[in-house]
Parts: sequence; structure tokens; C-alpha cells
Amino acid sequence: MNPKDIARKAYYHPLRRNIILIIIFVSFIPLIVVSSGILFQMHTIYQEKVRMHLETLVKKHKQNIDHFLVERQNNIAFLVDEYTYDHLSKSENLAALLHKLQGTYGRVFSDIGVVRADGEQVSYAGPYLLESAQYNDAEWFQAAFQADTYTSDVFLGLRGFPHFIVTARRFENGQPWILRATVDFLAFNDVVENIQLGQTGFAYIINQTGALQTRTAGRPVLEGRTYQELFRESDRLSEEDILSVIRQDSSGSELIYVAGMLKDNHWALILQQDKRDAYQDLNRTRNIAILVFGLGGIAIITMALVLSRGMITRIASADQEKEIMSQQIIESGHLASLGELAAGIAHEINNPVAIMVEEAGWIEDLLEDEAFRESESLEEFKRALAQIRKQGIRARDITHKLLSFARRSDSRVDQVDVNDLIKEVVSLSAQQAKYNNVEIDTRLLERLSAIRASQTELQQVLFNLINNAIDALDKQGGTIEVKTWQSSHSEVRFHVRDDGPGIPEANLHRIFEPFYTTKPVGKGTGLGLSICYGIINKMGGDIVVSSKVGEGTCFEVRLPVNAPEPSNENAAADKSYKP
Amino acid sequence: MTIAKLLLVDDETAFLDAMARRLKKRDFDVFTAPSGMDALDVLSQNGEKIEVVILDVKMPGMDGIETLAEIKRKYPLIEVVMLTGHATVSSAIDGMKQGAFDYLMKPCDMAVLVEKVNTAASKKRQQEEKIIEARMKAITTRRA
Repeated sequence: MNPKDIARKAYYHPLRRNIILIIIFVSFIPLIVVSSGILFQMHTIYQEKVRMHLETLVKKHKQNIDHFLVERQNNIAFLVDEYTYDHLSKSENLAALLHKLQGTYGRVFSDIGVVRADGEQVSYAGPYLLESAQYNDAEWFQAAFQADTYTSDVFLGLRGFPHFIVTARRFENGQPWILRATVDFLAFNDVVENIQLGQTGFAYIINQTGALQTRTAGRPVLEGRTYQELFRESDRLSEEDILSVIRQDSSGSELIYVAGMLKDNHWALILQQDKRDAYQDLNRTRNIAILVFGLGGIAIITMALVLSRGMITRIASADQEKEIMSQQIIESGHLASLGELAAGIAHEINNPVAIMVEEAGWIEDLLEDEAFRESESLEEFKRALAQIRKQGIRARDITHKLLSFARRSDSRVDQVDVNDLIKEVVSLSAQQAKYNNVEIDTRLLERLSAIRASQTELQQVLFNLINNAIDALDKQGGTIEVKTWQSSHSEVRFHVRDDGPGIPEANLHRIFEPFYTTKPVGKGTGLGLSICYGIINKMGGDIVVSSKVGEGTCFEVRLPVNAPEPSNENAAADKSYKP
Repeated sequence: MTIAKLLLVDDETAFLDAMARRLKKRDFDVFTAPSGMDALDVLSQNGEKIEVVILDVKMPGMDGIETLAEIKRKYPLIEVVMLTGHATVSSAIDGMKQGAFDYLMKPCDMAVLVEKVNTAASKKRQQEEKIIEARMKAITTRRA
């Protein structure tokens, strides 16, 4: 890699990086703002919705459970209101009532009994043998005698099986007694356990001390924490005493707790669900959004890379073109000044050469005089003078060629009739043609379209082609045909054909090269055809040569009727140097 | 009697001298002028005698083409041969359009120059004869 390439790389690399960064920045910023905004909004709304849903659920179930509890309470209250202590203190009566209750409500009540103030159960009906059982020490006992109705927490009790009781208190002869009924735990539990939500959502009931009142089927719940503790920081408290909070559990996953108060705030129904589970839909949507965002991002980056590469390639090629063009302009400047220099030298040399040739001629004239006739060296003098003249003419030819090469002053574009021009040039060449025993045959198309071109330049082309043809015929004589024709309205064609020796295949492709000549040294500069080529090219036309050895050569020129205006004098002149 | 009377115009005096000498040796009656203005002066002094002007195209001050126009305006019968150092035929063609008899490239072959001058001189004489004839005709027809 050359230093130029390194410099170029150093220039294009940051440019490309900047393009990529701008594209990515401009594309990503709105994408990020819009999608994160939407996602955040959706998140908030969805969270709200989930909470509302959970709260509604809790509210409904809370009502159900409350209703269940109140109903049980009412069942017992009804019994104590309906029947007397005497009636109820008989176990067989109780058994009949239990049977009736179970017949009406299913196996909600598992047993029933009457307990006196001293703690003795006077009558009992149920599957256990609890007649005359002492409840003095039972936790619920004191509380049950304090109020008209009472519902206990869940406890194991005498039977060693979780249950809770519902009591109703009445007075008999000033002595309080209660009717106690055991609510079947399984029946109650079903009410709560049936609440299932998604994969991880379930409900349970705790009491004020945080003790579970229902089964949780082994699922982890808040252990040792009371709901007061849990909901102390509750961020909301809806009008129906529904609390909700999000807490991390021991394993680090976030859980949503929604609680509804039961049993005059003694119990709390808690609905617990893993946040991930609750927000599953939201998370899925978010994941899709992230996926779309990611794919979009990849697309943007790919586009930025591809686009920037394309742009850099275009810029680089444009730069390169510009560089080549400025290189050409510099070169053309060189050639222009070279041409001017050549013209100046040619002019300056031409006159001294002319004088030298004339003076040599003068000596020749003098040698004709009688006085020198007898000189021994006469022949030698004549030879030397002839040589001086010959070399003078050679110098003249060179200066003339140089002048025509450097000439560029007269490229005014005009309406030119090619036929007229050909007639003019042919008549000027007629003398030389006659001298070389050459016949020039013109076959001109009448009413040929006039073309826009420089008259002098076109003359130069014709002169060069006709003189070349005359030279090619080289005194053996022959015919030159100059013909004009038109194949369309937009272009004029002519050819100059000779029946000379032709140009060998090997030389044919080089004939338009400058300084290429097959003429002997001193006869040609090798500029004529390259000047022709340059002129025709500048006019927007083309010149082609076809030749066969032994048959002749034909130069065919195509010229557009409306030549493109040369963009500037210098560039146009420059082109005429180069085939 | 000389072959013809010539006026040689060129800004390069060395060239002028050499040419004059050579032409004189060939029995031409040669006048010289180093510029266009001088040429017109010479013509005004010897106007009737000079038959052919050999005129350099490229001269400082009044150039060949301007001088030619002036000569043709004042002395339409005098024939002018243009002498050009320019390879371009354009200036020569310009000259011929303005009535120059012929053009030659510098340095030129003496034989060619002599031939050109002779033909130019004879053309001039022919034209003069024609004019004389025409005048005579006019006179005779008037008499008749």
C-alpha cells in the first residue's frame, strides 16, 4: 500500500464512521424514545389492570367467604333462637339437628355441641366421642363466652385435626351457654383453595398472628409475617379494604400480594401471585417488542454499513475522477505552454533559415557567372550549396509543422459547408497533385447539410488527409477520391481514398499516435494524423482508417451537424494533441 | 527591358536584401520596402511602373493582409503574391479571398517564385491590354 492509499484511508475511514454513527443515531433515537415510551405506558396500564383484576378477585372471594362465615354463624344463631337449652342439651336432639343441617348444606358442619359456662359439653352430636368434654382450657372458650356469636381461628383441638368452630351464646337462668358447631375444614378449605390464578397464583387465609387458616398445598407463603406487617407499607388501600403490595420473597422473585379483610379484620384473605406470572402477557409483549427492536436495530446497522460503504465508494470514485481530471488539466497546461514555446521558437527560427537559404541561393546565382565557371571546386560548391538549401527546407518543414501543431488561435465555430471546403482544399492541392501525377476525383453530395465546426481546423484535416494521400501515391501516380455523403440528417460523412500501396496491418493501429511516422527522417513529423484525430474528436465526430496492402487506404470521417461546444479553449486545444 | 517590376515587402531586411539581389540577377526590376506603410509609399511614388508585389503576411504594425487590402483598393490591377511563414493556409486563403494572386511559403524555391511572378505579371499585362482594348472599343463605338 502506498502512502497515498494510506492517506486516502485515513480520510475516508472517519468519514465512513461518521456517516454510520449519524445514521444509527438518527434512526435509533426516535425508535428508542417511541418504543420505550409505549412500553412504559403499556407497563403501567397493564400493571394497573393486573392489580385491578386481582383486587376484584379478592373482593369477590372475600365476599363469598364472609358470606360463608356469616351464614354458618346464622345457622347456629338460628338454632339457639329456635330451640331451648333443654331441647338442645339432649344429644339425640342435636344429632337430629346435625342431620338436618348436613342434609341442607352438605358436610359443612362436622359436629355440634352445647357447652356450659363451666366448660363442660353437655350434649354432642358428631363422629367423635366428645360428650362431657372439658373446654375450660381451650383458647376459644373465653372468647366464645364474651360475645353473642363467635368464630374461632383454625386449631387442632381435642380431635387433633385442623378445624374451626362457630358458636352462639344464650342465657339460661342467668347462666350463659353456647351452641358450638365445627365447620368441616375441608369444606371451608375448598372455598379458598379453588382460587387458582395462572401458574403461581393461589389464595389462602391467615389470621392476625400470621397463622395459616387454610391449606396451601405445600406452596411457599409468607411465613411468620402477619398481614399487618406485610401490608403496613401497602401503597394503596381501596375503598373496600383491599390491600395490595409487591414484595420480594426469600428466593428473590417478586410476588404480588393482595389482601382482603375477613371476619371483622381477624382474618385476611391473601391472593398471592408471582409477578412474572401475573405479568406474563406483558412480558411476552415486551419480549416481542425487544425482539422487534433488536431486529430493527440490526437492520438499521446493516443499512448504515451498506449505505455508508456505497456512499464512500461513490465519493471515492468521484474524488478519483476529480483527481484524474485535475491531472489532465495540469497536463494540458503543460502541453499548451509547450506548444506556445514551440510556436515561438518556430517563428524565430523561420526567418533566419529563410535568409540563410536565400543567401545560399545568391551564392548559387553568382556561381553561374563566367568568373567562376572555370573553378576546380565548382561542383563541390554546388553540392554544398544544394545541401544547405536542402537542410534549410528541412528546417522550414519542421518549423511549419511545429507551428501548425501549436496553432490554436482560430478554432471559431462557424457554419461550414464541407463541400465548399473540399473544393477549396482540392484546388490548393491541385498543383502538388499534378506534380505527383495524381488525379483528385471529387464526388460531392449536393445539398449537403452545413455543419457547425471550425473552418480552419477542418481545412487542416482535409489538407493533411489529401497531402498524405498524395505522399502515399509517391510519384507513381494514381487517383484520390474525395467523397461526401449523408446517412442521416444529424451527421455528415466524407472519405479520402487513395489507390496507393496501403498501410500494413501492423502499423494501422499506430497511425494516429503523435510522432509516429513511416516517412524517412526529415520527411514527416508524425503529427499530421494525430492533429486530425484530435480535431475530429473535439468536434464530436470520429475518424476511422481502413487499408489493404496493394489496394489502397481510406480515411472515413463522420462529423455531427451540431458539434458540442468546447467547454473551454484550453481543454479543447489540449485534446487535439492526443489521439 | 526587365522581365517585370517588383515590389518586395518584408520586415526582415536581411531577407529583403538577399531576395532583391537574387531577383535582380534574374533581370527583375526590384523595389523593396521594410513595412506595409513603406510599401504604400513606394507604390505611390512608382505606382504605374510596379506590376507585382511580393508581400509578407506577418509584419509588425500594418500586417500583410491590411497592406494587401490597401493596395487592392488603391491599385486594383497590381497583382500581389503573399509570402507566409505560417504553416496555416488560413491567412493565405484570407489573402486570396481579398484578391491576392497566389501564396508562397517562406523560404521559397526561387524557380517557383520566378514562375509565380511571371504569371502574375503576364496576367496584369493581359488585364491592362483588355482595359486598353475596351477603352479603344469604347472610343471606336463612340465614333461610329
